Amino acid sequence: MAQNMTADAAHAHDEHHESPVVFGFWLYLMTDCIIFGTLFAVFAVLRDQFAGGPTGHEVFELSGVGIETAILLFSSITYGFGMIAAHENKVSTMRTWLGVTFLLGLGFLFMEIREFSHMIAEGNGPDRSAFLSAFFTLVGTHGLHVTCGLLWMAVLLFQTAGKTELNERMIGKLTCLSLFWHFLDIVWICVFTFVYLMSVI
Amino acid sequence: MGDHISSSGESHGSVGSYLTGFVLAVILTVASFGLVMSHAMSPAGTGGAIALLAVVQIVVHLIYFLHMNGSSEQRWNVMAFVFTVLSVLVLVAGTMFIMHDTAINMMSR
Repeated sequence: MAQNMTADAAHAHDEHHESPVVFGFWLYLMTDCIIFGTLFAVFAVLRDQFAGGPTGHEVFELSGVGIETAILLFSSITYGFGMIAAHENKVSTMRTWLGVTFLLGLGFLFMEIREFSHMIAEGNGPDRSAFLSAFFTLVGTHGLHVTCGLLWMAVLLFQTAGKTELNERMIGKLTCLSLFWHFLDIVWICVFTFVYLMSVI
Repeated sequence: MGDHISSSGESHGSVGSYLTGFVLAVILTVASFGLVMSHAMSPAGTGGAIALLAVVQIVVHLIYFLHMNGSSEQRWNVMAFVFTVLSVLVLVAGTMFIMHDTAINMMSR
């Protein structure tokens, strides 16, 4: 009997997690994976087409990329701590962690925009060569995703302002954004490995 | 009740699991950058090694940050993911193969 009840509780718990919203959002992320896969394929094909312009070795600064990587990794774990607080219904702790994540995301975006504007100012914009077109498209698409993630985070911070507890729906929204944010970090692993590091070897 | 809490801890991760994932990710990232910056290996060897490190780090992120596991509640998520990985592999490898072949046949390289 006791065992039955725990099994039932566990079952109810499972159903709570297999929310159709979160699964649907997961499927969206999978299609986003295909988009990034396509852009990585384009970059792989065009990576040697310099058209007499600079090579990756000349335009990429690894120290900046390292800092960007560290920022994104930190923001992943701060969001994770935010989710733990959300599941414990500690709204203000959750909002603090989300705020930290937001600032880290903003820092990442700032560094990326600075890198892009440096390259464009030196005449190495996306119009310089096929290699740079592919680079700006791929990394720019990732940056655009980060921007959308930050907007979404700002909206959730606004919606949870002054709340003392989180309902199922809000937890669902926070879970979807956490999947999105961690997914962007995974895409970034591929970006720094296959775009930056591979070009500098 | 005790079961309830522990199972909830497992499915959304705990401070400990996030920290484990974070430390592993830091080690793998530093290893990648270190290999490239120190020129410790041949270019081909470095390329292979950092690709491998990236794959391992993706798995670490999937397990510790996205909480993927073999449980039944995750079955459809994992299936969709496996199908997507297959599609992306076909897409990337196929594109590289076809474009390489075209470039050789048209003597554009």
